[in-house]
Amino acid sequence: MKNAKLVVGILTTFLVGIVLYNCSGSGESASAEDAAKRVYVKPGSYDEFYAFMSGGFNGQLSVYGLPSGRMLKNISVFSQNPETGYGYSEESKGMLMTSYGFIPWDDSHHPVLSKTNGEQDGKWIFINGNNTPRIARIDLRSFETVEIIEIPNSAGNHGSPFLTENTEYVVASTRFSVPIPNKDVPISTYKENFKGTVSFISVDKHKGDMKMAFQIVVPGLNYDLAHAGKGPSHGWVFFTSYNSEQANTLLEINASQNDKDFIAAVNWKKAEEYVKAGKAQKVKTEYYHNLYNENTQTTESQKMNDVLVLDPEKYPGMIYYIPTPKSPHGVDIDPSGKYIVAGGKLSSVIPVHSFEKMIKAIDGKLFDGNLGGIPILKYDEVLAGEVINPGLGPLHTEFDGKGYAYTSAFLSSEIVKWKLGTWEVVDRIPTYYSIGHLMIPGGDSKKPSGKYVVALNKITKDRYLPTGPELTQSAQLYDISGDKMQLLLDFPTIGEPHYAQAIPADLLAKNSKKIYPIEKNNHKHAVKSEKEARIERKGNEVHVYMSATRSHFKPDNIEGIKVGDKVYWHVTNLEQDWDIPHGFTVKGMNNSELLIMPGQTKTIVWNPTKAGIYPFYCTDFCSALHQEMQGYVRVSDAGSNVKLSFN
Amino acid sequence: MIAASIILLGAFLFPIWHIDLRAPQYPEGLGLRIWVNQITGLKDGDLDLINNLNHYIGMKTIHPESIPELKIMPYIVIFFAIAGLLAAKFNKKWIKAVWLVTLLIILAIGLYDYYLWGYDYGHNLNPKAPIKVPGMSYQPPLIGSKQLLNMNALSVPGVGTIIILFTILLASGSIYIDTKKERPKNA
Repeated sequence: MKNAKLVVGILTTFLVGIVLYNCSGSGESASAEDAAKRVYVKPGSYDEFYAFMSGGFNGQLSVYGLPSGRMLKNISVFSQNPETGYGYSEESKGMLMTSYGFIPWDDSHHPVLSKTNGEQDGKWIFINGNNTPRIARIDLRSFETVEIIEIPNSAGNHGSPFLTENTEYVVASTRFSVPIPNKDVPISTYKENFKGTVSFISVDKHKGDMKMAFQIVVPGLNYDLAHAGKGPSHGWVFFTSYNSEQANTLLEINASQNDKDFIAAVNWKKAEEYVKAGKAQKVKTEYYHNLYNENTQTTESQKMNDVLVLDPEKYPGMIYYIPTPKSPHGVDIDPSGKYIVAGGKLSSVIPVHSFEKMIKAIDGKLFDGNLGGIPILKYDEVLAGEVINPGLGPLHTEFDGKGYAYTSAFLSSEIVKWKLGTWEVVDRIPTYYSIGHLMIPGGDSKKPSGKYVVALNKITKDRYLPTGPELTQSAQLYDISGDKMQLLLDFPTIGEPHYAQAIPADLLAKNSKKIYPIEKNNHKHAVKSEKEARIERKGNEVHVYMSATRSHFKPDNIEGIKVGDKVYWHVTNLEQDWDIPHGFTVKGMNNSELLIMPGQTKTIVWNPTKAGIYPFYCTDFCSALHQEMQGYVRVSDAGSNVKLSFN
Repeated sequence: MIAASIILLGAFLFPIWHIDLRAPQYPEGLGLRIWVNQITGLKDGDLDLINNLNHYIGMKTIHPESIPELKIMPYIVIFFAIAGLLAAKFNKKWIKAVWLVTLLIILAIGLYDYYLWGYDYGHNLNPKAPIKVPGMSYQPPLIGSKQLLNMNALSVPGVGTIIILFTILLASGSIYIDTKKERPKNA
């Protein structure tokens, strides 16, 4: 993305003249006092929406309140977090297991909230890991990652994790085509050996557990983004792709030659029928499925060994290519489910396809040849209309539920508002600077809340006090309740938010957990009261079963640990009080600290290497006597005969 | 009189006393509910939480299972309900009166006993407690509110007690009616 910024910077310089010309209709700004009132949330009051912003290269997902833009939490997803022990503790390490081993980071792009009947239901939020293809599920009662599934036969899980209307499936597509199964071939054999896949991962309606249902092998293009149909188009998912040239070097130039690339329209109900009829081939592969067990508070990692794969050449009717200008990025479905809007990033228009026309074209076999056996539909037979002069570099579109669409234009750095049906541009407003995604709460659902749009920008420059070469990220909040968009607020964000989603706060706040009930804690190494606190030695493994409560640990003096021992600190926070976490760490802890919520048990492993006295203490200011919440471990030489003892 | 006896059993369904603690750190509330046969928290976990907080001032932990009164009280309530029904059956004014007076005496003893428990918890503190404020005791008020360090303790009777009051009112009413009925005879 940093390189992309550079390229974009150069491009922008060249395009300044055109940009200025295009920006003729500059937007309105609310008066400072008026804008301040509309984003002000008075002390002790709550925001109207929770916004979930992807962390991009930080691999996490951060939570903000809207309209204030205040940050509430950074949820650990794909990256280790030594602050809490996520990815370090014995319970959470398994969450980051993949077929490439333990991967403690990723590049997270698109958070997507679960839906029922095409509307947000507030149960879970999914987010993709782009680098080592993965999808994570976060439980919206605990705001914690509870599941990560790896996507086999994929490279660059960008077009993910978009959801079907009732969260039947979460989808994935491979941004980089690769040999499937992966093998050692010359890169120049791209056209012959490289393939793409689109994957359908089923989601358990009640528990949310994901399962790799099936994959479809597709011609070797770069699959980019996706959205599922809704209402009349329910049963279909649309994936954009670029590089119809099938270039394998200098894509910047070589993948930008064709006038049109493709949107792959996938009929997943048809694919489901093929799978049920036993037409899918069971292919050997390797991927991990990591699932948090609420009962034991521990992640269970399972290595999976095969996947069901469908071949569209053998089983027709599953996929059709819709020609779309030019290197399309986003593909967005309007709330009625009738229109498919593409963001052709190098195109001078926004093409809008009609689902109804697409079905007619399929029925009438109005094809323009095929690619790898997949029929290519005739552009004019599918097109509903084109938005003219939509700004330069249109990327993504969201909807307000009142008949308007809002498209982000990266190069001209603006949001363009246009009307569905007439395709006329009705308003435009600058963003600061170079907007990527944009977000309206519920803007991808059947019932958007058309009150605000958030611009998620790629370039910050002079918007805030400078902090050296590395700057915070820049977001803007606009009021879209009237005819004209109005800029209300700038707010900094962390990582690099790509996409974001927001949901009315009352849908989540009422379900938010306060504690983990201690009586439901069935962690193998939990202590339910101080009386159970103890130490056990098994060879050179020492297990410390420790309790933490205001303001002491039990045990707090430990002797008989030896150099070379592997010490497991199983710490249970016995508190059942809201917002009383305890921290735990030992001097020289070369793993991470722990942050343990009330009723939770977490384990961290410590390998003492030198004899001596090691203090341990609580790292979260828990009480008036927090400073007293400490203890000592005596570490003796390997051969010493100091007996294991504690109090 | 029958009604008085039956609603007395309703005292099982509601707490007889509330102790609510208010402090800046507890916007969500914190409190104890004292029932005929148990002590619970206002919310799940409040009892453990209060016990935990009380260790700072050296107060003994509250273990409902080791308070004998909570075991005896249900029998007393059931005894009075049955005795009340019998009194209603015999329909003798003096029996009813004896029943009522005994009930009142028992309630007074109960209240005094409750006060003693509160006194014990509030005064009999561990001398090694981390927080020691000279001259400070932590007895919750019987009725009303009192500031105990950062906590404001508010103690009020619960629905259970109101039910017992209704029992007393109904029984008194019954006796009063009996008295009225007697008068014309005597006149």
